[in-house]
Amino acid sequence: MAKQNVVIIGNGMVGHKFCEKLTAKSNDFQLVVFGEEPRIAYDRVHLSSYFDGKTAEDLSLSTIDWYRQNNIQLFLGDAVTEVNRTEKIVHTQSGKTQRYDYLIIATGSAPFVPNIPGVEKEGVFVYRTIEDLDKMKAHASKCKSGAVMGGGLLGLEAGKALLDLGIKETHIVEFASRLMPRQIDDAGSKLLQGKLAQLNLTVHLNKNTSSVLGENEITGLAFADGSELALDMLVISAGIRPRDEIARLCGLEVSSRGGIVVNEFMQTSDESIFAIGECALFNSMIYGLVAPGYEMAEVAASFLCKSDKQFKGFDMSTKLKLIGVDVASFGDAFISEPDCTSIIFEDTHKGVYKRINITNDGKQLLGGILIGDAEAYNMLLQTTNNKIVLPPNPEDLILGARGGESNVGASVMGLPDDALICSCEAVTKGAICSAVIDQDLKTFDEVKKCTKAGSGCGGCVPMVKDLINGTLTENGMYIKNVLCEHFDYSRQELLDLIKMNKIETYDQVLDTFGKGDGCEVCKPAVASILASLWNDLILKQDTIQDSNDRFLANIQKGGTYSVVPRIPGGEITPDKLIVIGQVAKEFNLYTKITGGQRIDLFGAHLVDLPAIWSKLIDAGFESGHAYGKSLRTVKSCVGSTWCRFGLHDSVSFAIEIEDRYKGLRSPHKLKGGVSGCIRECAEAKSKDFGIIATEKGWNLYICGNGGSKPQHAELLASDIDSETCIRYLDRFLMFYVRTADPLTRTATWLNKMDGGMAYLKNVIINDSLGIADELEEAMRYHISTYACEWKAAIENPEMRKRFSHFINAPEEKDPSVKFETMRDQVKAETW
Amino acid sequence: MSEIIELNREIEKLQGAEDLFFACYSDDVPQNGGVCVKYKNEQIAIFNFTRRGEWYATQNMCPHKQQMALSRGMIGSSGEDCEPKVACPFHKKSFSLKTGDCLTGEEYKIKTFPVTVSGGKVFITVTNV
Repeated sequence: MAKQNVVIIGNGMVGHKFCEKLTAKSNDFQLVVFGEEPRIAYDRVHLSSYFDGKTAEDLSLSTIDWYRQNNIQLFLGDAVTEVNRTEKIVHTQSGKTQRYDYLIIATGSAPFVPNIPGVEKEGVFVYRTIEDLDKMKAHASKCKSGAVMGGGLLGLEAGKALLDLGIKETHIVEFASRLMPRQIDDAGSKLLQGKLAQLNLTVHLNKNTSSVLGENEITGLAFADGSELALDMLVISAGIRPRDEIARLCGLEVSSRGGIVVNEFMQTSDESIFAIGECALFNSMIYGLVAPGYEMAEVAASFLCKSDKQFKGFDMSTKLKLIGVDVASFGDAFISEPDCTSIIFEDTHKGVYKRINITNDGKQLLGGILIGDAEAYNMLLQTTNNKIVLPPNPEDLILGARGGESNVGASVMGLPDDALICSCEAVTKGAICSAVIDQDLKTFDEVKKCTKAGSGCGGCVPMVKDLINGTLTENGMYIKNVLCEHFDYSRQELLDLIKMNKIETYDQVLDTFGKGDGCEVCKPAVASILASLWNDLILKQDTIQDSNDRFLANIQKGGTYSVVPRIPGGEITPDKLIVIGQVAKEFNLYTKITGGQRIDLFGAHLVDLPAIWSKLIDAGFESGHAYGKSLRTVKSCVGSTWCRFGLHDSVSFAIEIEDRYKGLRSPHKLKGGVSGCIRECAEAKSKDFGIIATEKGWNLYICGNGGSKPQHAELLASDIDSETCIRYLDRFLMFYVRTADPLTRTATWLNKMDGGMAYLKNVIINDSLGIADELEEAMRYHISTYACEWKAAIENPEMRKRFSHFINAPEEKDPSVKFETMRDQVKAETW
Repeated sequence: MSEIIELNREIEKLQGAEDLFFACYSDDVPQNGGVCVKYKNEQIAIFNFTRRGEWYATQNMCPHKQQMALSRGMIGSSGEDCEPKVACPFHKKSFSLKTGDCLTGEEYKIKTFPVTVSGGKVFITVTNV
């Protein structure tokens, strides 16, 4: 049987998805695609990431190769201009003709540009394609101010694009009385406005634009209320207009307000022609999101393969990060009393607004809005869609369980099998769980590859991961968070066991609680536990330490080491600076200022380390523990001693704190910061603990970090005195040392903690676990037993002997070490 | 020195090998750890696996990034049959101390050498250097 021709008009996200779906389902069709744009289908959902570094290639959803491999004919930059329904032939711009058995219209939509005098002026843009973005980019370089017309979802995205383009003064102009009128309520809008204002996005509501000002180029907007706004550029994002021209031309049924009318199989008024995506009108509604578009592609592809799948409308719940602010709305977000009971939580300080609408009997969740913190979105959406009976205190759903008791609401494992987890790819919980069991999958990547779950917008990734772990646990495959194959304990369990049994060496720990001969995972983890508990010199058990700890320096490319003396608070005398310079010269070291206000000396041969440290120690330096999972630095701004804005002496406090916690071994590195005023020059909120001066004392923030997943520290206590601050820090740090998994920074530790910050606050401030005294005592012990490791190492001939490359030629340096020169200093040879 | 030569001969006789190289004293090598010895222009890593009462020697260079580092790596075991291994300190690529096979799934292989310990001295058979 000859293959049937399926012609697809449009190569956008939905058109491409249709090709994927149909190819996966059947070989009986010959696909021919005509796209108006010159590019292969790309991700329009994340379009604004084009301005923060993503390339057109990154955004691309497929490759020419993929189309070739699947034997799909793809014609880009060639729009279909005419459809002859009697002959079943399409004609294209370039003059091609193509016969079809089935025609799929996936032409999408165009930006709606309101009929306002002056919209044709230079400097006015729409926000839809990569070409639009390129044009904006070219124009933006000379612009100081810009605005987006339209405060909907896409408008705010465009606002972010303007910020990313470096436009200093940015505005959002909205006709309605609130932002994102379809998704969020007035209170939510108000809060979102506040958040946007912090980012320099000024919002103007209730603004009816009457004309675009300027000669040839835009100079501003005039509004119906008589006011004006001066501008260098304008992006119009006032909604979408379905691209239904081709359907109108060939006489298909269309709506007067736009959109090709389709039935539940995505069939138009001509049974061999289908419309999917934003050009299709189902039940008098255009679905302007990608997930329903994908569902339509699935339905149409299924129909061609003789399956009777139907489109039943689509849940328009959304969650997105707008300019760094979480915004989500789900279910019936706007239903209000007396038809339901709404629970509203608002924290204007942190910029969080949450509203959930529950049935009057308190049993079911109907919908809601989350702004500023949408972590609970997936669970809430599932709870709504699956009509899961609510816990007795439904407010826990948005507030988190308080008082450190039990977990919040239902868990992801409690969902029914047909719960839709990934709405982009329509993957259910059942599909994910059975993939894990039947195909023996263990990681998210494996599951993603196999089921496609999480490959669309990525919003469901945390849930998919929870499902994988949950399923593995239920099947006894995943036991628990064990250290490694040699220990069936978590770090916290092992720490408690070692402490209770007062064990001091790794071998004893392995003999008593482990099996096998250990490895590079459990050795340093146990070494860290032993150091945290007993604070004994780590060099006494040097071979269980990671290389850096074993040689008290950081191994670098080429096998040389770097040396970082402690410079508490970043304060250093000229004499000490000179010594560092002299040492660096003598041993031919590369010097660089570190991010933590210290000086790093690179390129030291192993055999030179003791001599280098002798000189540094003679000059009054101590080990900086840059090599250890331990306290690194407490960064400070100059504070009230010199700065005209400084409220307190941040340097002295930083030094006091750095000296207090130096040498503290912890599950991962620890960094701190102290700022003398709200300007926060020490960037303390990006640290594991950050202290910021206030008029009345200090604000203490905890659990922040930079790194691959930056996270700001959260406020633990405000306006506290130095003594209280230190007491809370003692408790916080020891609690972290005692309970975190290996190589887990404080931020991750907090993120995984049941009850989160509320719980941690309770433990540290209210002593809810009754362990505060013990934690403080442990910290006192640590402080009283501190000794500089390098001082101990160079004074002990046995230990000193270990710093040689060749055991049978101790004076000789590693001949394989090679340096190159760059900007008058050495650099390691490239590997 | 004469002592060593004598001992050398003795062991050579014992093993019928002629290329036994005296590397170091056994107490030069930390317990459950390694050191690097220089043999002509080669670097050889020696491991004192005290926990198992075993000694191993391998090339010192990690084949992943050609770094002279394996002697500074942590040793341990892996799997049901407790394959002895060393993990490179740079990127934790692991190698069997017995066979030299890479245990972290890459196509690398390192050279291994027989080790003989006698009278507090460590010898390596260096036929294939």
